[in-house]
Amino acid sequence: MIALEKRPTPSRFWTGITPFLAVLATMIAGGIMFAILGKDPFAAIRTIFWDPVFGEFAFYYRSQLLVKAGPLILIAIGLSLGFRAGVWNIGAEGQYIIGAICGAAVGLAFYPTESFLIFPAMVIAGGLGGFLWAMIPGILKVKFQTNEILVSLLLVYVAEAILASMALGALKNPDGAGFPGSRNFRSYPSAYNEDLIANTGMHWGVVFAFIAVIFAYILLSRHMLGFQIKLAGQAPRAARFGGVNPDRLILFCLGVSGMLAGLAGLFEVSGPAGQVSIDFNVGYGFTAIIVAFLGRLHPIGILLAGLLMALTYIGGELAQSNLGLPAAAIQAFQGMLLFFLLAVDVLTNYRLRFGNREVA
Amino acid sequence: MDLSSISPTLLIASLMVAATPILLAAIGELIVEKAGVLNLGVEGMMITGAICGFAIAVETGSPVIGFIAAAAGGALLSLIFGVLTQYLLSNQVATGLALTLFGLGLSSLMGQSYVGIKPPQTNKLDIPVLSDIPVLGPILFNHDIMVYFALALVVLVWLGLNRTRAGLVLRAVGENHDAAHALGYKVIRVRLLAIMFGGACAGLGGAYLSLIRVPQWTEGMTAGAGWIALAIVVFGAWRPFRVLLGAYLFGGVTVLQLNLQAAGLAIPVEYLSMSPYLITIAVLVVMSAKRGRTSLAAPASLGRIFHASQ
Repeated sequence: MIALEKRPTPSRFWTGITPFLAVLATMIAGGIMFAILGKDPFAAIRTIFWDPVFGEFAFYYRSQLLVKAGPLILIAIGLSLGFRAGVWNIGAEGQYIIGAICGAAVGLAFYPTESFLIFPAMVIAGGLGGFLWAMIPGILKVKFQTNEILVSLLLVYVAEAILASMALGALKNPDGAGFPGSRNFRSYPSAYNEDLIANTGMHWGVVFAFIAVIFAYILLSRHMLGFQIKLAGQAPRAARFGGVNPDRLILFCLGVSGMLAGLAGLFEVSGPAGQVSIDFNVGYGFTAIIVAFLGRLHPIGILLAGLLMALTYIGGELAQSNLGLPAAAIQAFQGMLLFFLLAVDVLTNYRLRFGNREVA
Repeated sequence: MDLSSISPTLLIASLMVAATPILLAAIGELIVEKAGVLNLGVEGMMITGAICGFAIAVETGSPVIGFIAAAAGGALLSLIFGVLTQYLLSNQVATGLALTLFGLGLSSLMGQSYVGIKPPQTNKLDIPVLSDIPVLGPILFNHDIMVYFALALVVLVWLGLNRTRAGLVLRAVGENHDAAHALGYKVIRVRLLAIMFGGACAGLGGAYLSLIRVPQWTEGMTAGAGWIALAIVVFGAWRPFRVLLGAYLFGGVTVLQLNLQAAGLAIPVEYLSMSPYLITIAVLVVMSAKRGRTSLAAPASLGRIFHASQ
């Protein structure tokens, strides 16, 4: 008989080791899934985790790694603050879309003026757009106690409808011969989010992601607000007695995560994606939830988790073209990773006890 | 624009069809939440049910077997959630999200070879004399069997919760799991059964979409229906008949905006198609604003982890 016994404090050893265990378990379970699909599991796992970094064409994929990890890290850092405080913003995908639309609209409004001020203005508009979109669930939660999980998620579908209307209407390229989608930012240098060092994938979004990691680290380990966030999540009652204003904390967490998601959207649309199109968003807002948990809601962990998740994206594409692995397989693979992560988490908070349970 | 082309009779009849998938999922989630478990994976279970039901119905040629398979598929997927949250004590919010993400991936993986196929037809229950009654006929007596099944399920759930011993135990577990444990009820077993019931219902709801309402398989075809079902449980204040009302209200909005699209209203299609989501949010706000009364309705142990040692 195996019983669980609660640890007085979470084990530091297991906190560090469980993400690796989860990745390992996912590789095994994923391998079984690939085998069922009729692919060689070892080849598939190697294609996903090894080839993008060390394989034959790695020089190309390494730059893609940063391009994909940038938005994931940026969004996940914002989400992790809320998740720690028990504020569940799961509509980052919507904030990402709205940020992209707002930022792109500002840039396109100035077309074809060239000025070094245009890109910063777009960045501000992008962040603001995401911020305001996240304020909707925030204010509703504070004013009316509306569940922020449901509102933020339902707003994703609203944002997608707005995106469709923008790509087909207001922001459509007037010289585009009627094709849907906005002007391409590649042909508009002042607004284009170019690689800062050519062919490294290092664009402004990646820089912002690194800055966000540092800020979040300082906030959580050295700042009063970070302490309040952790306290509100672990002991809400104690936090209220300790003078933490829960409403301000909710607005702060949603606002920051919305702003970062909006920024990620703007950097993506003005850089790698290149234009506002009906389906430029590829679900980073949802994958970032996995990244946040895989990184144990810790800034450094999220940095590593974001890179790993980016690897599975690139490896997934590679496996798609080389092995004919369906695109959906990688999505299921990522979902599986989150399951295993949550499953092994039990070892952090509980001790396994073998033998007969004593009578209490 | 020609609003006279919208017939109220057909509107009501089709809103019942539009509401059925959400009603099925919501009534399942109601039982889950009454047992004190918050499963945010409804969307994932629905879409898995949609493809399971679709695939099996196409392979066997029988929609009935398809629906049974959908319920089994949804229940099986919910069992992952059950094991993780009940035995491995994981966070219910995060695990529910994981279930949705995994379900979306798994379903499009399973559905690859079923895109663009037509499922076997589910016949309407054309009750001879009754369905010929002018207005009431098409509204009440001319639907497929699942519409009636969903309605019957609402009544059964209400009876089960309020008039049986099992319902009492379920509610006890949801209100105070420690007390229920002390009384000797198997908290984890009750919750696992409730979770599987919720999964089966969500699976049926998904299959209703892919087999009857659409009827086709496309990736991500549930398009937030699972999340709306979750919202409707809150709207219904955890009561079966108010959940029914909420689902039909939502169905009405969906059908109305589709009709307005078809009638060529001056509002762009995109804005009409976001209206069901906006109205769901508005309804949530109204419901939670009068928390004074409704907060008593939420099961007291909702979302809390149960471990016998604590």
